[in-house]
Amino acid sequence: MTTDTAKTPAAGRLGYRFNLVGMLALAVILLWGLVAVFAHLLTPYPVGDIVDVDYFGPMSKQFWLGSDYLGRDIFSRIVMGARYTVGISVAAVAIACTTGVVLGMIAAVSGGWTDTLLSRFLDAMSSIPSKLFGLVVVAAVGSSIPVLIITLSVIYIPGAYRFARALAVNINAMDFITVARTRGENVFYIIRSEILPNILGPVLADLGLRFVFIVLLLSGLSFLGLGVQPPYADWGALVRENIGGLPFGAPAVMFPSIAIASLTISVNLLIDNLPNKIRDRSAQ
Amino acid sequence: MNHRILSLVMSRLLITAITLVIVSFAVFFATMMLPGDTATILLGQAATPEAVAGLRTAMHLDEPAVIRFIRWFGGLLTGDLGTSYANDMPIADLIAGRFINTLKLAGVTALFSVPIALTLGITAAMMRGSLYDRIVTVLTIGVISVPEFMVATSAVLLFAVYLKWLPALSFANEVHSITDLLRVYAMPVVTLTFVVSAQMIRMTRAAVVETLNTPYVEMALLKGASRKRIVLKHALPNALGPIVNAVALSLSYLLGGVIIVETIFNYPGIAKLMVDAVATRDLPLIQSCAMIFCVGYLILITLADILAILSNPRLR
Repeated sequence: MTTDTAKTPAAGRLGYRFNLVGMLALAVILLWGLVAVFAHLLTPYPVGDIVDVDYFGPMSKQFWLGSDYLGRDIFSRIVMGARYTVGISVAAVAIACTTGVVLGMIAAVSGGWTDTLLSRFLDAMSSIPSKLFGLVVVAAVGSSIPVLIITLSVIYIPGAYRFARALAVNINAMDFITVARTRGENVFYIIRSEILPNILGPVLADLGLRFVFIVLLLSGLSFLGLGVQPPYADWGALVRENIGGLPFGAPAVMFPSIAIASLTISVNLLIDNLPNKIRDRSAQ
Repeated sequence: MNHRILSLVMSRLLITAITLVIVSFAVFFATMMLPGDTATILLGQAATPEAVAGLRTAMHLDEPAVIRFIRWFGGLLTGDLGTSYANDMPIADLIAGRFINTLKLAGVTALFSVPIALTLGITAAMMRGSLYDRIVTVLTIGVISVPEFMVATSAVLLFAVYLKWLPALSFANEVHSITDLLRVYAMPVVTLTFVVSAQMIRMTRAAVVETLNTPYVEMALLKGASRKRIVLKHALPNALGPIVNAVALSLSYLLGGVIIVETIFNYPGIAKLMVDAVATRDLPLIQSCAMIFCVGYLILITLADILAILSNPRLR
């Protein structure tokens, strides 16, 4: 998973040390990443099969997290849902951050009209509320996994762009960039070899935060019935399906919510507990 | 120096106007991507080609997209929002009542969340590093990191299922008495207050903490001023701009929250109308609702920027 693999080697190779909370958060994130990859091996029951005679069944030895509104095993559905929630979000965050960061660096290095036009346009895009943007696009083209991934990434490109541009503008003013320019290096060399290595740490931290936003938005859209479509279900869709169990506190509606919260809170805690060295380049 | 403030504010307003045009362009063309011909969909499969052609001309569907965009945008500016596909009513009539309902919900939420959030944010910043501060920070991170619907479901579980103070998911839409009023408003307002306050507390706390880190506050500390005096006399007046900015920005989170909250509690507001319009694919209605949300959002973030300009003493 991009967020995981992107962060761990950087941390390991450079010998940064995490505190306990950061380690725990990282462990939870890695766990969900593994669950998403090996979901098909972990489900005790087939996801679509009605296995319980009762609906909204309680937690038991047979059904670890109870059963849903049709009597399907919730544990299996959450494990499979991890694949959709984590997979779609990772794909979207990868596209959003790559595009946003590349555009941001190009804008910062080129300056002038390119910068003004890009900034104006992306700022305008970011003044469409994210949930609304999702609603309108899904209403127009219908919901499918590729549409979701592209919509989510388009929504978060402006934020990644603005963040990367602000960092790159600072680096761009430094002497070694002037030297590189004088040497006659082209824009792409400067971006790849001079700017990117210097903004990588904060960009990765920002990627984590953006991942949280995307998970939240995806869950929100699925909860509104506009995300992953039945018979498949991500965590947001699981809450939607089982919302009928809410008045009597059924585990079927609580555990998908807990799954979302455990993932997003862990990512937030990990970012908060990253060593300052990674988080904020200017603090060095 | 008032001239300078005025020109800054004017240029910010100009940017807002440009943004509005770009946004409406985006909303219009996002809904243009719908596959299929609108006239055929409206008249059904059995319609004669002449009828379809007639409707296309009547609805100006055979004109180029840019002309239609200008016509639609002009209609928006003059208050003509078009006609709903689904029930053939003027959209302005459909929206009016719903819009007031949403404004009421947002207003009541702001009334509760602003004082609560400011108090918690400022006191947490004052007692930075204390147990109280840590509890507030952990709670706000908790609320920010979970989806809005989870705040709503947790509120239902807590207040309706365990404490039994409020009825769970009651869908009473006619208000006859105070109890009914409470029933309709209580859960949505509680949920939205949590969502918005968390953002506001975080931003307020950050603004005050940043001010407390400045050299003049350190100076006041060195001169022996009490903590209360440092915060109230030295830090707060200077943090006021960022705080007001934070309040306006956090209130823009209302817009996202309102979509979820109105749906989950079946509140008859404009966001519910829009989610229902998505289900029936009623494009003119979706476009109008989307524009209302975008305009509201734009107003709030513009307001936040203008307040930040006005409160900057260096410009006075």
